[in-house]
Amino acid sequence: MSYLSPLLAVGLMFLSGMILFLLLGKSPMEGFKVFFMNPVKDAYGVAELFLKATPLMLCAVGLSVGFKANVWNIGAEGQLLIGALVGGGLALHFEGSNSPFLLPSMILAGAMGGMAWAAIPAFLRTRFNANEILTSLMLVYVAELMVSWVVHGPWKDPDGFNFPQTKLFSAKATLPILLEGTRVNAALIFALGALVVGWVFMHRSFLGYQMKVAGQAEFAGRYAGFSAKRSVWIGMLAGGAMAGVAGISEVAGPIGQITEHISPGYGFAAMIVAFVGRLNPIGIFFSSLLMALLYMGGEQAQQYLNLPSSISKVFQGMLLFFLLGSDVFIHFRPRLVRRRK
Amino acid sequence: MGQTFISSILFATVVAGTPLIIVALGELVTEKSGVLNLGAEGIMSVGAVAAFAVAHHTGSPALGVLAGMAAGMFMSLLFGISALTLMANQVASGLALSIFGVGLSAFIGKPYESVALASVDPIRIPLLHRIPVLGPALFEQQGLVYFSWALIAAVAWFLYRSRAGLVLRAVGESPVSAHSIGYGVVRIRYQAVLFGGAMAGIGGAFLSLFYTPMWVEGMVAGRGWIALSLVVFATWRPMRVLIGAYLFGGCMITQMFVQGSGAKIHIPSQFLSSLPYVATIVVLVLISRNRSTIRLNSPASLGQPFLPDA
Repeated sequence: MSYLSPLLAVGLMFLSGMILFLLLGKSPMEGFKVFFMNPVKDAYGVAELFLKATPLMLCAVGLSVGFKANVWNIGAEGQLLIGALVGGGLALHFEGSNSPFLLPSMILAGAMGGMAWAAIPAFLRTRFNANEILTSLMLVYVAELMVSWVVHGPWKDPDGFNFPQTKLFSAKATLPILLEGTRVNAALIFALGALVVGWVFMHRSFLGYQMKVAGQAEFAGRYAGFSAKRSVWIGMLAGGAMAGVAGISEVAGPIGQITEHISPGYGFAAMIVAFVGRLNPIGIFFSSLLMALLYMGGEQAQQYLNLPSSISKVFQGMLLFFLLGSDVFIHFRPRLVRRRK
Repeated sequence: MGQTFISSILFATVVAGTPLIIVALGELVTEKSGVLNLGAEGIMSVGAVAAFAVAHHTGSPALGVLAGMAAGMFMSLLFGISALTLMANQVASGLALSIFGVGLSAFIGKPYESVALASVDPIRIPLLHRIPVLGPALFEQQGLVYFSWALIAAVAWFLYRSRAGLVLRAVGESPVSAHSIGYGVVRIRYQAVLFGGAMAGIGGAFLSLFYTPMWVEGMVAGRGWIALSLVVFATWRPMRVLIGAYLFGGCMITQMFVQGSGAKIHIPSQFLSSLPYVATIVVLVLISRNRSTIRLNSPASLGQPFLPDA
């Protein structure tokens, strides 16, 4: 049943999407085809789907650890950007290095950067009781401004015709391509690995169990002596680390440099991915593919239906709403009863 | 640092603080009923674009404000259905509303991105607006600025002096008790949520009609979230929202003046732009540090769904 409600939500999203196309004066079937089928009509499209799903998978699996324990890290977008900055900074600093350690250190630095950014709300929450929802979100704006600063200022490519971007990373500082002829890179392996680690942690470790208890029954957790502060730290740091890896994988992958447009809101979309995937790594795998499809559908709709690409965000938001609504069937057994007068 | 300079800073501070006051007061009433609506950012965005579109097509800013309000109520209705009727997690529902609203506003607003709106003349209070320094800031403003002051008084009166306000607070403190003596908890919470949505819609309308008379994607720029933080800062008391909003307004304006002044200071503009966000964090920490202040002042049932007849 708990897997049925995401399917119901997806169905409702398809349906209301077609109604939306109708309202916009497009043929619903045509819209559906362009939005949901065109992006994956050939092998290259499917590869792109996995490419776009990778950062979503990474962020979502990290966030799901916190969400299980009711730790609301909604600043993954910022942690992703800082991960990209720290890891990318390493690539720029050791430009021209041939060391085989460069790329692994960049990934590690990305994870550390994301963790450091997530550590701020974790610290403020555990030490000063400050709401992590608001602080982590505020830090997204700060991170965006920091990216804007480095690409306009200190790290701007001197030969880049004044474009706000850094130099391109060298080949040694770029993730290897997995499949010739596509853009799918090694980050997909990290993402799949993260799903496995996430599953083991949440379902097979005592710490993961403690987090789940803390999330489902706060007082029971406290009574059992499970540290609430530790839950906050683990939840925030897991989200930060994975978002950081996602960030560095984007700049050391398909983008190849630091620009102002590292992420089209992956950190926010990943929250939807986590919820639709039932905070479960297997579910997250599928929901991240779906979310990636929504991103690609938006691009297609812009190209072929002359609609703004932000339509994909409308779909993302609708999906989460429908999911939350469908969950009523999980938590309750609604019956139609006549109201007593 | 002439008199006009100080006067214009004060003027701009009041303007920047106004949407925060309106949105935060709406959210305050919502939270007092025990509902945490994190969707303010999304509601403001949709309110802003709806107001802009209607004002552009009809030429009437007043109709624009009404449209923003209506759009805000519609958005908060979605939240209500999810969080109140279907009893979904309030945090997740609010996040959904924010993501959906920001996306929807970008989608609707695309055709309006290059459209300009005529600026609206302020309402001058006779004589008073000539008071040096303070006059323009307080008595030569848009109607919604005066509205924001009236709103503070109205909300304070409603919550602490009216019977309906007492009931609303009871619902927020202990929905089970309120329910058992016959108050419709869900109905009252719906009303509070719709009021919050209306105010967030008006706050958005203020941004796109008067603050920067134009529509740009992402123009709300976190103000919805800052307004949410303001409610905590104000420890759920209406008067303190005013102080907090003007502090933030001042913070935003000062950094803009420093950036615009061309003064010989070597601070990158991005650092100055991040000040309001950093200030929000600092303020949240300062207020939340004292756990008992938060526990005593926040509505006891905040964020918890209410299941009648359970």
